[in-house]
Amino acid sequence: MSALEIAGRSFDSRLIIGTGGFRSLDSMHDGVRASGAEMATVALRRVDPASRGSILEVLDDCGCFVLPNTAGCFTARDAVTTAKLAREALETDWVKLEVIGDDKTLLPDPSELLDAAEELVAAGFTVLPYTSDDPILARRLEDAGCAAVMPLGSPIGSGMGIANPYNLRLILESARVPVILDAGIGTASDAALAMEAGCDAVLLASAVSRAQDPAAMAAAMRKAVEAGYAARHAGRIPRRLYGEASSPVEGVAELT
Amino acid sequence: MTVTVTLNGEPRELPAGATVADAVEAVGAPADGRGVAAAVDGEVVPRSTWASHALTPDDRVEVLQAVQGG
Repeated sequence: MSALEIAGRSFDSRLIIGTGGFRSLDSMHDGVRASGAEMATVALRRVDPASRGSILEVLDDCGCFVLPNTAGCFTARDAVTTAKLAREALETDWVKLEVIGDDKTLLPDPSELLDAAEELVAAGFTVLPYTSDDPILARRLEDAGCAAVMPLGSPIGSGMGIANPYNLRLILESARVPVILDAGIGTASDAALAMEAGCDAVLLASAVSRAQDPAAMAAAMRKAVEAGYAARHAGRIPRRLYGEASSPVEGVAELT
Repeated sequence: MTVTVTLNGEPRELPAGATVADAVEAVGAPADGRGVAAAVDGEVVPRSTWASHALTPDDRVEVLQAVQGG
């Protein structure tokens, strides 16, 4: 598997892990380790004096590059401020940009997302936007200077897989930046399908963190991403309506 | 003398002359400040000015840290 290149940074793993939903930091540690991911997302929230342990130390121990997100923001203004706070907190200008339209579907708000992306790119951020699977919006985000586009397969945490493979294909056909399938992955086959479709990477959280055995599912996702990537580059056979024998059609014995 | 601010959504009395650095300490953020950021009235306060940025009455102070998410 070749390295994933985003904004001049290179990653050997094409699986990016979200850290939300793990029951404990220990569970997160085991899951992140088993996933082989080299990049992990974190959120920013009010300091909780009762919280124990440091998520950053755990991610350091796993060798992960930390990607802060703007989860919980509904407006471009809040997302931009959150990205700037994350830059202060984590000394990184990378951001997973999320601007949500409503808290039921958790689907992105397209116009707020594009506004925030433009503003953050202008402020020198490396912007990785979580976007809907709309090919036109993906193109607008790319034109705005985003370092990658991260279309959803289906709503965050839904586990519904890739709901619209046709739209994903349209995004992949025209994108000139890495395309990362973000959100909706439920199980390993969803991740493999995303990679077979031509995605450069997969970002997932709940599918691993809320699985009954997070570390086992993380290992499965790692293999699925690698298998999907390998199959994509191996050149699959075309789909046919009818069968095509794999044994020779000549030299068949006459037995009756 | 005290100054009353809204600190992470709750009214909080701090000694007069308190700075953003004092607010960060008051919410129990990690002492080294790693993974922590602060905003006053929606504007980011860079770590380099925490100790010199004095709080004024009714300031809305947010002290955030990295947590599991996304």
